[in-house]
Amino acid sequence: MEQEKISKNEASQSGREVRLMKGNEALAEAAIRAGIDAYFGYPITPQSEVLEYFTNEMPKRHGVVLQAESEVAAINMIYGAAGAGGRVMTSSSSPGISLMQEGISYIASAQLPCLIVNVSRGGPGLGTIQPSQGDYFQAVKGGGHGDYHLAVLAPSSVQEMADFVFDAFRLAEKYRIPAMILADGALGQMMEKVILPEEGSLPKMQKPWATTGKPNSRERNIITSLFIEPEKMEMINLGLQEKYRQMQSEVRFEEFALDDADIVLVAFGLSARICQKVVDLAREKGIKAGLLRPITLYPFPKDILGKLAEKVNFMLVVEMNAGQMIEDVALAANGKCPVYFKGRMGGMIPSPEEVLKELESLVEKQSVSQD
Amino acid sequence: MVMETATTLNGFELVYKKPSTLTDTPFHYCPGCGHSVVHRILMEVIEELGIQEQTVGVAPVGCSVFAYNYMNIDMQEAAHGRASAVATGIKRILPDKFVFSYQGDGDLAAIGTAETIHTVNRGENILMIFINNAIYGMTGGQMAPTTLLKQVTSTSPYGRNKEAMGYPLKITELLAQLPGAYYVSRQAVYNVNAVRKLKKAIEKSFAYQKLNRGTSFIEVVSNCPSGWKMTPVESNVWLEKNMFPQYPLGDIKTPKD
Repeated sequence: MEQEKISKNEASQSGREVRLMKGNEALAEAAIRAGIDAYFGYPITPQSEVLEYFTNEMPKRHGVVLQAESEVAAINMIYGAAGAGGRVMTSSSSPGISLMQEGISYIASAQLPCLIVNVSRGGPGLGTIQPSQGDYFQAVKGGGHGDYHLAVLAPSSVQEMADFVFDAFRLAEKYRIPAMILADGALGQMMEKVILPEEGSLPKMQKPWATTGKPNSRERNIITSLFIEPEKMEMINLGLQEKYRQMQSEVRFEEFALDDADIVLVAFGLSARICQKVVDLAREKGIKAGLLRPITLYPFPKDILGKLAEKVNFMLVVEMNAGQMIEDVALAANGKCPVYFKGRMGGMIPSPEEVLKELESLVEKQSVSQD
Repeated sequence: MVMETATTLNGFELVYKKPSTLTDTPFHYCPGCGHSVVHRILMEVIEELGIQEQTVGVAPVGCSVFAYNYMNIDMQEAAHGRASAVATGIKRILPDKFVFSYQGDGDLAAIGTAETIHTVNRGENILMIFINNAIYGMTGGQMAPTTLLKQVTSTSPYGRNKEAMGYPLKITELLAQLPGAYYVSRQAVYNVNAVRKLKKAIEKSFAYQKLNRGTSFIEVVSNCPSGWKMTPVESNVWLEKNMFPQYPLGDIKTPKD
């Protein structure tokens, strides 16, 4: 992974602090360094360390932390605080994120920047506290009611749990949209070396639309998602869609061994780490496999996938769910190459060996059909 | 020609004018409805205290969903039941500003009960205004948590019966038990005297907020001529006869100091 290329020595030379941290702690520490004004949250496994970290650190440093009475209350506190001009975030895990969906839809419609973190776990229902990617659809297709999107970033290391806090706030504030970090229970709980971002390195933006009290010099500011006339509501929708179109320029992905690959694995987050190992194992066996890891799940890297589909034999999408991102990959491939799926569900993590076995069997099948 | 001065207009003596903190948008409220009076009193107080620039309000879902069209201050429109959570978010970011929420009975005492109780229990330093007219007005007159026993609504067409529908919720008395509640009062706007008392209660609440004393909570027992299917005059008679015995007016909790 990228962070491993930077030695501790190099990091300390650049003046940045290196620590061994849990993903959840790295996320919270990065948020404090990103200058958040407030965090509102409710305990849920496997992300309670985020709230605990803030309640421990913020009184000694800066920012407001409040343990809300529910995820519903927390997301509505986010609405109020973001509308008042604060740089604010909340975090939860899958069932709690489901509870927040009404509020997220209101936030998207009212066009308020904020960060929502989903350290997701296996479902449906109360499910399990083990890691899952079963909330992909919920994260990238909107999640609540109405036509809207979040900017969605998918970290695959503790380093990215920290770094993406900054990236998510940049996107949220640039486009006035809610941004989401879609992680999972393993990324939240695992400990890794992390080079922490510098305190105060994320500039604060002017927010002339915020409800900070109306001076005589301007009209009153109103934060609302209510546009009762359909003509007005359609205009708001057209504005949102225009933002999402502009956001396509923010697509980010990571390529791994793709130069000569004739088979492409597509995976995000924790699954992408597993697939890096799969690529190494496949190459040892003479299979020219590569990996494309979407970093932004919305906007989705469809152009690069479309180009790859033209030159590879097939794609294998690996997810910790029943097959969700595969729908976006198949749309991007647009029939130019077969797209296969390997997944585990309910909190199970696929092993590199079982993915390799699937890959080998697909290679075998393909060579038979070609003969 | 009569000279126009501060106290005369077109030859008439000026005894009252719309506060500058209200916009010129005509109220959409039904004739006789208490909302417009409460809006006006609230905005009068904000004008008289000179805190227009320091005040942020939160509108609910219900008949007063468009409160921000009339109140000439910065405002946020909250999801149904969440006004006090939204107000909490605003106050935590802007602790030096005056923040109020404005909600009806369904919003505050049914779907938003958890937010209501916990906001007061935290002693959130805001003013919560609660309009209780014992009915869901905007959606067409359904039963509210505060609907009286035997009261007929579109979802209690044979009258509210306690066996199936429970009792009218006296949430204001319930909230007064919480240590975070600093000032709790029940007022009305059905006559001039009541309007004056409401104004005093709102003035006190902003004074307490300035001193960071905790939550001020004012219930306004109001009417709904359309939902109750009465004329405005009939609704005020019904209010006195039926609502006030269940929801008696006056201060419920006042500061000890």
